[in-house]
Amino acid sequence: MTSIIDKIIITTLLIVSSTLFAQQTPAAKQTEPISITGITAHVGNGAVIENATIVFENGIITAIGTNVSAKGTVINANGKHVYPGFIVVNSTLGLGEVDAVRASMDVNELGNISPNIRSLIAYNAESRIVESMRPNGVLLGQIVPRGGRLSGTSSVVQFDAWNWEDAAVKVDDALHMNWPNSFSRGRWWLGEPRGFQPNKSYADDIEKFKDFFVQAQTYAKAKPSDINLAFEAVQGLFDGSQKLFVSAESEKEIIDAITFTKEIGIKNVVLVGGYHAYKITDFLKAHNIPVVVGRTQSTPNFEDDDYDLPYKLPKLLHDAGLLVSINPGGRMERMNTRNLPFYAGQVVGQGMKKEDALKMITSNAAKILGIEDKFGTLEVGKSATLFIAKGDALDMRGSIISHAFIDGRAISLESHHTTLYNRYSNKFNSED
Amino acid sequence: MKQFSFILLLCCHLTFFGQEYFPKNDGVSNSNNNYTAFTNATIYINATQKIENGTLLIRDGKVLQVGPSINLPANTQVINLEGHFIYPSFVDAYSDFGIAKPQRSPGFGRSPQYDATRSGYYWNDHIMTDINAVDYFKFDSKKAKEFIEAGFATVGTHHHDGVARGSGMVVTLNEAGNDSERILQEKATQHFSFSRSVIKNQSYPSSTMGTLALLRQMYYDAKWYEQGNAKTKDLALEALIANRTLPAIFESKDKLNNLRADKVGDLFNIQYVIVGSGHEYENINDVKATNATFIIPLNFPDAYDVSNPYQADYVSLSDMRRWNQAPSNPKILANNGVKFAFTAHDLKTPKEIIAKIHKAIQYGLSEQQALEALTSVPAQILKNDRIGNLNENSYANFLITSGPIFESKTTIYENWVQGNKHVVNDRKQKDIRGTYNLLVSGTNYKMDVKGEMGKPKAEISQDTLKFKSNITYTNNWIELGFTKDDSMYRMTGIVPNDSDNIKGKLILPNGAESNFSATKTKGFEAKETKKEDKDIPEVMPLTYPNLAYGNASLPKAKDILFKNATVWTSEATGILENTDVLVKNGKISKIGKNLSAGNATVVDASGHHLTAGIIDEHSHLALSSVNEGGHNSSAEVKMEDVVDPDDIGVYRALAGGVTSAQLLHGSANPIGGRSAIVKFKWGESAENMIYKDSPKFIKFALGENVKQSNWGNTESVRFPQTRMGVEQVYVDYFQRAKEYEAQKKSDKAFRYDEEMETLVEILNGERFISCHSYVQSEINMLMKVAEAFDFKVNTFTHILEGYKVADLMKKHGVVGASTFSDWWAYKYEVNDAIPYNAAIMNNVGLTVAINSDDGEMIRRLNQEAAKTVKYGNVSEEEAWKMVTINPAKMLHIDSRVGSIKEGKDADLVLWNNNPLSLYAKPVKTMIDGAVYFDLEEDLKKRSAIKEERNTIIKQMLEAKNGGGKTQAPNKRADRDFHCDTDHLLESFHLHD
Repeated sequence: MTSIIDKIIITTLLIVSSTLFAQQTPAAKQTEPISITGITAHVGNGAVIENATIVFENGIITAIGTNVSAKGTVINANGKHVYPGFIVVNSTLGLGEVDAVRASMDVNELGNISPNIRSLIAYNAESRIVESMRPNGVLLGQIVPRGGRLSGTSSVVQFDAWNWEDAAVKVDDALHMNWPNSFSRGRWWLGEPRGFQPNKSYADDIEKFKDFFVQAQTYAKAKPSDINLAFEAVQGLFDGSQKLFVSAESEKEIIDAITFTKEIGIKNVVLVGGYHAYKITDFLKAHNIPVVVGRTQSTPNFEDDDYDLPYKLPKLLHDAGLLVSINPGGRMERMNTRNLPFYAGQVVGQGMKKEDALKMITSNAAKILGIEDKFGTLEVGKSATLFIAKGDALDMRGSIISHAFIDGRAISLESHHTTLYNRYSNKFNSED
Repeated sequence: MKQFSFILLLCCHLTFFGQEYFPKNDGVSNSNNNYTAFTNATIYINATQKIENGTLLIRDGKVLQVGPSINLPANTQVINLEGHFIYPSFVDAYSDFGIAKPQRSPGFGRSPQYDATRSGYYWNDHIMTDINAVDYFKFDSKKAKEFIEAGFATVGTHHHDGVARGSGMVVTLNEAGNDSERILQEKATQHFSFSRSVIKNQSYPSSTMGTLALLRQMYYDAKWYEQGNAKTKDLALEALIANRTLPAIFESKDKLNNLRADKVGDLFNIQYVIVGSGHEYENINDVKATNATFIIPLNFPDAYDVSNPYQADYVSLSDMRRWNQAPSNPKILANNGVKFAFTAHDLKTPKEIIAKIHKAIQYGLSEQQALEALTSVPAQILKNDRIGNLNENSYANFLITSGPIFESKTTIYENWVQGNKHVVNDRKQKDIRGTYNLLVSGTNYKMDVKGEMGKPKAEISQDTLKFKSNITYTNNWIELGFTKDDSMYRMTGIVPNDSDNIKGKLILPNGAESNFSATKTKGFEAKETKKEDKDIPEVMPLTYPNLAYGNASLPKAKDILFKNATVWTSEATGILENTDVLVKNGKISKIGKNLSAGNATVVDASGHHLTAGIIDEHSHLALSSVNEGGHNSSAEVKMEDVVDPDDIGVYRALAGGVTSAQLLHGSANPIGGRSAIVKFKWGESAENMIYKDSPKFIKFALGENVKQSNWGNTESVRFPQTRMGVEQVYVDYFQRAKEYEAQKKSDKAFRYDEEMETLVEILNGERFISCHSYVQSEINMLMKVAEAFDFKVNTFTHILEGYKVADLMKKHGVVGASTFSDWWAYKYEVNDAIPYNAAIMNNVGLTVAINSDDGEMIRRLNQEAAKTVKYGNVSEEEAWKMVTINPAKMLHIDSRVGSIKEGKDADLVLWNNNPLSLYAKPVKTMIDGAVYFDLEEDLKKRSAIKEERNTIIKQMLEAKNGGGKTQAPNKRADRDFHCDTDHLLESFHLHD
């Protein structure tokens, strides 16, 4: 059965496909209440409400439950599923378009310690790659600069915007640090073996970090007339207003990194990567460190590892009581971020409960980003950032999305891809 | 000054040979025809013939007679060697002695060079058959001393550079002589390797399969040249032809290259001598089957320093095993009847060789075999029957030792080379080792003299306090010194023949002179001998392959009945509920309900799904090398040459339900290499993984990669640089292939050309193209070129804009289109890649497959197929075909695999869930009826790995604590080949 909204969307679709290669136009502000009825609601906190009605007004969820009366525009979604918009943590979406085209890449800035680098101002709200997230339910993300050791400052954005300013959900939310590797790849072009050897400058590299942070703290004690941009940029770490995301993989690196940040007095620390985090869950728990684990769909780092170690890593951490989300970083990360729901679903095959897997890319991600007051769950008072899927949105066969809303705005689910799909499907259908 | 550690006495007066016709202007020609006899020794004429209490008679640098009793001429100098042993001096058939190490030419960052730099020679700079070692040879006294001290008298040597390295020579290490005496054979051997020249920069060959193809073509060209067909001069081919009767030595240094080298030889009736890897034990049956004689390095790996557990994590079980197992290599070669010589070439200095041989003997090599590997076998390799033995008329190259040569307490006294004595350790020198009471300036110290007899070490102490000390012992004199409280005491004294005590002069720290005395309190006890036997760490059993998750034994086909499965047939019969499948003799024997098991093992498959094994049309797993980018066409290269069965990716792919794959050449050039189509039989050899009677395929490629768009600014000299040029490459090559075939069919002489042969196969429809392709213009172009030459493109792979020209592809008659499910935006040409591609092509009526081109994604091709359900609403049944029967059709193996059909190969996967579900995983993966992956077995393997790692880590810690050398933990570079690997290794993938 097709509802009115469905019809509206199909009409828009036809209009859009006639104007080839145009970006999707951001949706207008929600003006009247919208109700979704008869739906299975995956709240994002572990709870599931069957046959639910969900009502949102002015971009905010005003009611959800089984005994809720619909108002405004009603979407009858019998048999369908509604999810909070998926949230990607530690992403470079909007900072790069085509990997091999240097001119299109704004991911890595020069410099080793450049906390003052801000991703937000380079975020391309009209990126075709960002647009391709929405048909898979990925509606929000933390946009992170990647270069150097202390890479810079991220912001959280939503994926249906005219420009970066209007995309911003949380500006300058966190700083990002790449912890040195205790093993480093041989410089083969200098005749060293291509493999990995203990990194001789590991301790020095850490010392440089330490020196920087100590200097930054000293700097803040007086109000110097000469502004140091880098020192200024990290002050939020000490008063807790900004978080520090640290990428580290091996057991030793993780222990060193967390110990370091605690010693230096950084209040909120998030571990990114954490390939060996499962070996030291007690340590991480004692320090209250959330983990944004690497892509579950990746090959094990070591020949001897369980073939499914990356598949099950989030479960191992979750079972140990840690707050877990998923890091999409790696080769071809931007275009593949639309597979974020499947990165989460992968863990279900390893025995994680579906609703727990869902939490990793909804409420957990929101908590890690500090936006849980508005996003990450389908609860009254929160932003109506959600979507409707035909089935299980963590499995590709169910991830067929008919409606999506950001702050109650009915966003387009079309993309460069659907445009071409329609164009050529029509070509061949009409030739038949 | 550094301690003088080596004594080399030269006795030139014994021989004056070889230059009798030279004018002499510096005196009279005092000819010396005296004999020298060595009596009362235990003499090894060779490794098997021993004479007790024998005599060796030599003159003029040669052995005159050897035997238990010999009549000695009157003018014989007799040397009594009572209690001593005589052995033939060692021979190293493989060295670069006297030949300067080739210097790497600067080339980095410059434009690549595609043509040869030499004219009048072969078309490829890496073929240097015309190089002769003798032209580069300069006797190296320093290195000679190292060899002599290690026991060698003769070496084969050559110029170590390039794929074909020209001729090698045989020289003695006779320092007293000159080259006229030392050079035994100026052209003794010919040499080949898998390494490009470091002096030359020509791009081709850039890969292992390219190297093999180059060698094959070189031999074909030599034949053609020899028949007088060439219009031009080629001095390299002439040299190859002239040297062809010389023993050919192929440097492999890799367990798989051993077999690859031998395969080239087989094609041309050449039996190479192969310079091995030291890991022949891992595939000993294949090594044996080569029938080659091997030259084996003894560079057993040092133990990893695993004292830091975090660092120990980085060492793989396979590397740990290599430390544990490699010292058994010589024994295993010997036990399998493989003939081998040892080489010191990979050791830091030849002097290490005795210690390495001790180790090999500890691990089970017999002393006789060790001696053969140092004498008779290398002599045979060099085709010289006058070295490596002490037969009459052989060169007087022999060792005098204190006892049996391979006992660790034995000392080599002298190494005679061509009748010239070289003293290694003074035979007459007294053994001063032992414990002394050292009286210095009124104070008593304890002095332990230990170590080697000829170069002892001193340890001077007072109670528990040790002092820094040194001792040298030369010509019966000792020099001794130690430092106490920053003050240095120096002493020197003569070792008397009639007393164990030493007295002499003492220089006090203030410079004043005095006396010292050292009174022996205890003799020297060699303590190692007993310890050695029991200290060999337990050698771990091999697995197949010999790394983590290897099989204890090769999986065998079993008859199995799968009961009550949901069977995805990938046939018209569709998906069958509650169905049984009987596997018998490696084939699918029956499909039906309530089948009787007979003798087959029953697997309760209720609640499970049974499918055909997944087939990946596009993979680069299990390959040693991927891209031959040195030419714009490399049709001559074969991926079958470089299949590497030891890739953990194979096991991981099995864990994802993949049973077959096409291993493709990369996309560095428009015409790539010939494919290997394999079954992922984990543990089997490369040869056994490759399909029998495999359909013939070749990789073509279009677009950015072949026009080198992303290779950097220097890569702008190889044609083509545009898509326009790509078309011309094809037209040109196919036209030439046509002409080649015409020439071949005529009676005229023709030059056999592997590249052209391959292209002719394409023209004749005998070889199929799988073409890497992205944008519609180029896809259309290739079809038009094919049509002009009257053949069809079999498969377009990647084919990301296939959806734009699906109708044209159908009209052309492609067999299939194999695409990524949802990759895009990684380069400019995939801007219009859409995840609906598979669905559209499928709707138009093409046979569509989903491929991986990736060591990770291959593990989840079931999910990638499921994406077509999301993107384009393909039915589940159809989606499943895209990773089973459809790729099988494209690869022309659909009569054997790709579906569950009676009579087909039992390549099956049992899943715990709907195979298209993201939550599904294989429980068993079977190939030809043998289970290669089993979820329960996998768990067992995991715990076995932990246990074995722990055992070897303990062994390595013990080795370290026992004073053994260690190396820092390390991890081999990751390997995850893609189309662009080799050239783009550090390129676009790393932009972020």
